[in-house]
Amino acid sequence: MRRRVIFEHKLLPYLLLAPQLAITAVFFLYPAAMAMWMSLLREDMFGLSSEFVWFENYEIVLSDPNYVAALQRTAVFSVSVALLALLPALLLAVMVDKMIKGVTAMRTILIIPYAIAPAIAGVLWLFMFNPSVGTVSGVMRSLGIPWNPTLNGTHAMILVILASAWKQISYNFLFFLAGLQAIPKSLLEAAAIDGAGSTRRFWTIVFPLLSPITFFLVTVNIVYAFFDTFGVIHAVTQGGPARATEVLVYKAWYDGIIATDFGRSAAQSVILMVVVIGLTAIQFRYIDRKVTY
Amino acid sequence: MQTMNDRTQWVPILIITLGVAITAFPLWITFVASTLTNRMIAQGMPVLPGDQMIPNYMQALFDSATTRIVSPPVWSMMWNSFIMAMVIAVGKIAISIISAYAVVFFSFPGRMLFFWMIFITLMLPVEVRIVPTYQVVADLGMLNTYAGLTIPLIASATATLLFRQFFLTIPDELVEAAKIDGAGPIRFFRDVVLPLSATNIAALFVILFIYGWNQYLWPLLITTTASMSTIVIGITQMIGSGDAMTDWNTVMATTVLAILPPMLVVIVMQRWFVKGLVDTEK
Amino acid sequence: MATIHIRDVRKSYGTTEVIKGIDCAVGDGDLLVMLGPSGCGKSTLLRMVAGLERISEGEIAIGGRVVNKLEPKDRNIAMVFQNYALYPHMSVFDNMAYGLKIRGMPRAEIQRAVQEAAAILELTPFLDRKPRQLSGGQRQRVAMGRAIVRDPQVFLFDEPLSNLDAKLRNQMRVEIRKLQRRLGVTSLYVTHDQVEAMTLADRIMVMHSGVAEQVGTPLEIYARPATTFVAGFIGAPPMNFMPAEIAPDALSARLPGGLTTPLPQGLARGHGGRKVTLGVRPEHLHLGPPQPGDVALPLDIDLVEALGADTVVHGRVADSDAELLARLPGSAQVAAGQRLTLYPHAAELHLFDPATGRRLDPV
Repeated sequence: MRRRVIFEHKLLPYLLLAPQLAITAVFFLYPAAMAMWMSLLREDMFGLSSEFVWFENYEIVLSDPNYVAALQRTAVFSVSVALLALLPALLLAVMVDKMIKGVTAMRTILIIPYAIAPAIAGVLWLFMFNPSVGTVSGVMRSLGIPWNPTLNGTHAMILVILASAWKQISYNFLFFLAGLQAIPKSLLEAAAIDGAGSTRRFWTIVFPLLSPITFFLVTVNIVYAFFDTFGVIHAVTQGGPARATEVLVYKAWYDGIIATDFGRSAAQSVILMVVVIGLTAIQFRYIDRKVTY
Repeated sequence: MQTMNDRTQWVPILIITLGVAITAFPLWITFVASTLTNRMIAQGMPVLPGDQMIPNYMQALFDSATTRIVSPPVWSMMWNSFIMAMVIAVGKIAISIISAYAVVFFSFPGRMLFFWMIFITLMLPVEVRIVPTYQVVADLGMLNTYAGLTIPLIASATATLLFRQFFLTIPDELVEAAKIDGAGPIRFFRDVVLPLSATNIAALFVILFIYGWNQYLWPLLITTTASMSTIVIGITQMIGSGDAMTDWNTVMATTVLAILPPMLVVIVMQRWFVKGLVDTEK
Repeated sequence: MATIHIRDVRKSYGTTEVIKGIDCAVGDGDLLVMLGPSGCGKSTLLRMVAGLERISEGEIAIGGRVVNKLEPKDRNIAMVFQNYALYPHMSVFDNMAYGLKIRGMPRAEIQRAVQEAAAILELTPFLDRKPRQLSGGQRQRVAMGRAIVRDPQVFLFDEPLSNLDAKLRNQMRVEIRKLQRRLGVTSLYVTHDQVEAMTLADRIMVMHSGVAEQVGTPLEIYARPATTFVAGFIGAPPMNFMPAEIAPDALSARLPGGLTTPLPQGLARGHGGRKVTLGVRPEHLHLGPPQPGDVALPLDIDLVEALGADTVVHGRVADSDAELLARLPGSAQVAAGQRLTLYPHAAELHLFDPATGRRLDPV
C-alpha cells in the first residue's frame, strides 16, 4: 500500500533507512543465514574444521529421542499455556465488560503481570510452590498431596505452565476487552429484543465477532509459549528434573551454548525458524482476510 | 446494555475479584516475604506483612556481601537494566520512525525490498539464531558491553510497522498544504509528523521499555561479568538450586525492586499503552 | 499582473488521458470557477496549476511566467483545501504562520501579517485555539487565513465549501466573494455546485470529461449555453429537452406528439428541414397571454407541486411522451389533467444538434 502524495527526494530515504537496515543485516539476517549454513555443517572433534554434511544434522536431530520428546513436551506445554492463558482472560474480559464502574481500576491490576519478566514470574511461582517454604505447597501438603517439583517431572511442568500462563493472561485480557468494547451495542440490543438470552447472545454473536482476535491471540500465545518462556524454564527448573521441562527452545540453547554442538543447535534453530515463519504467516494471512469484514 | 435485574451484577464482581486475587496473590506474597526474616518464612509464611521491610530492602540494595547470596550489588544491576531498557526503547523508536517515514513518504528503487527485509525480523527472534548472533557480537568485540546488550535488539519490525500504519492515515491534503507552505520532507517530519505521532511514541515507549527491562536470553548469552548483569538475570541467579538455602527474604525484596520500574511505567502510562498495544497488532 | 494562462494543457495517467487540451486565460483579479460533475478533471487541473500534479503537455503561466517546472512553493500561490488541511496539533496562529516561518520571515512581521489576516476573517479571538476546538465554518476561515497571509499572486480553492451544511455554505459563499473582491487576488475556484459557481464567478469554465465545454460569464452560460451538457448542468430545475423537427422554411417546428408551432423568423434560420433538440428552461415557460415573438408550447399536466412562491408543473408535450417541467408563479391556477399552453419568448428557446449536443445559432 502506498500513499498518493509523496516527496520527490531520491537520496534522503536511503539515509533514513540506513540505520535500521544496517542493524537488521548485521544482527538479524546474517546470523539467520549463518544458522542455516551452520546447520549443514559438522565440526570435527577439535573444533578446527567443519565439513559440509547436507541434511545430516537434521536427520540426527529429528531422530534423536531426546529431541522428539522435547518436541512432544513443547506441544503439550504450548497448548496448555495457551488454553490456560486464553480462557480465564476471555472470562475476565467478558466480566469486566459488563461492569459499569471501576473498569480502569480493575484493568490496572489485571495488566500488571504484563510488566513482569517471564523469568521473574517463574521465580514468584517457584516461591509459592517451593516444597519447603512455599505458601501454596503448604496448603497442598495439608491436603495430602505430595507436592515436589524438584523431584517430580509432572509437578515441574505444571509449575512452569502455571507461571507462564499467569503472566500471559494480562495480554490476552487487554485484547479481548478491546474486542468486546468494539462490538456495537445495537447488535446485542437487537438480539435481546429478538429473544436471545445472555448466554445465547454470547455464543451466537459475541464469540463469532471475537473470532479474529481469538485467532490472532492463539498464534501469539503459541509463539509466546515457544520462545518467550525460555526465561521461565531457565530460572525455575533448568529443563529438569531429568529433562521433564526441556522444551525445544531450551534444548536449542543448551545444545548450542553449553554443549557447544553448533551444527545440531543450528539445525534446531532452523526448525524453530520454520515454526515461527509458519505461525506468523498464518497470522498475517488471516488478519488480512479479517479486514474484509 | 443494561439487564433488567440488578442481581446479576454480583456474578461479574465475584469472578473479577477471583481474577484479581489470582493476579495479585503472587505479587502480594512476594511483598510479604520481603518484609520478614528468613526464619519466619521457613516456619510457615503468614499472609500479612511483617516488620522487616526497611532492613531487608537496605540489605538488598547495598549489602549483598553479608548474605549468603553472592551477586553484584543490586543497585548496579538495576542500573544496567535501566540503561538497557532506556536505550532499547529510545533507540528502537528513533530508528523505526525514520525507517517508516522513508518507506511511506518516498518512492525509490528497492523500497519494497527493504520493507520486507525489515518485516522478516518479526520472524527471527533471538531464540532462533542464538549461536550465530552470539558469534557476530563476539567478533565485533561487543560482549559484556552496553552496546552489545542493546544494539542487536534495536532493529525489530513491530515499531516500524506501527509507525507505517499510522503514517498511512495522515491525510494527503495535509502533506500538500505543507508542500505549498514550502516545507521539505525533513521539515514536514519535524513540524508535523513527529508531533502527530506523540501518542504512538508514548505507547511504544511503554511496550519497549518493558521489553528491554525483561530481556532474559540475550543478557544471559552475552554478559559474563558480574558488573554487567541485569537485575532479571541477577535475581534468577540468587536462587540456589538443590542444596544451598536461598535467602528468600532478600531475594523477594530484590524482586519487588526489580518489578517496580516496569510496573510503574505500565500503571502511569496505562491509557496510551493499552491503545498502542491494541493498535500495534492490527 | 497576476494573470493565469492555461495553454493546450493535457494530462494522462499512463495511457488514459484525463485532461484533453484545455485553453483558458484568467485576468488579473478575476475569479474563474471551474465547474463540472465529479470526474470531469476540474480538481486535476487546479492541482496542475498548484504544482501538485505534473503537466503532461502544454503550458501553464502565472503572471506571465511559465511554471511547469516549478515546485508549489516557488509558484507564489496559496491553496484552500476541501478538508481544510489544517495542522491539527498547531494553534490557529501557528497554522497561519507556518508558511511564513519557513520562508524566514522575521517574527515581528509574521505577527503583523497574521494579526491582519485574522482581523479580516474575524478570527482574532481564536488565534490560540487548536483546529479541533473550532466549528466547520471557523476552520474554513483559518484555511483561508493561511492562504491570505502569504500574500500570493493566485488563490486556488478546491471545493472549500463542500463539507459545510447548507446554511453555512450560503453564508460562506458570500463571504468568500466579498473577500476576494476586497483583496483583488486572481483566483481559481473548483466546485460541482452550480449555485456557488453563479454567485462567485467572474467567469465560469464548465468542464466535462476532461474538456472545457464552455467558458463565459455566468449570465452567458445561463442564457446561451454552448452544449446540451452545459445547458442541463446550469439551472435548477434543469432545462427541458425535447426532439423537434424544423420545417423546410424554418418558420415552424414539429413538436413531439405531432403538433406544429410557428417560430419567429430569426430563430431557426439556416436550419430548415433539420432534426434538432429543442431546449427551454422551466422558468421560461410563461402563462399566457402570449406576446409578439413568443412560441406556443402546449402541455398536458400530470402533477402539480404547489411550493408557495412557485408552482412546479410536471407534464408532457401535448399528445406525446416528451416530459416537461414548468416553473410558474405561485398564484397560478392549474390542475392535473389540464391542457395548458405556455409561451416561452423566442430568445428563451435553444436549438441543439441532436448528435453533437452543440448549440445551433441562426446562420
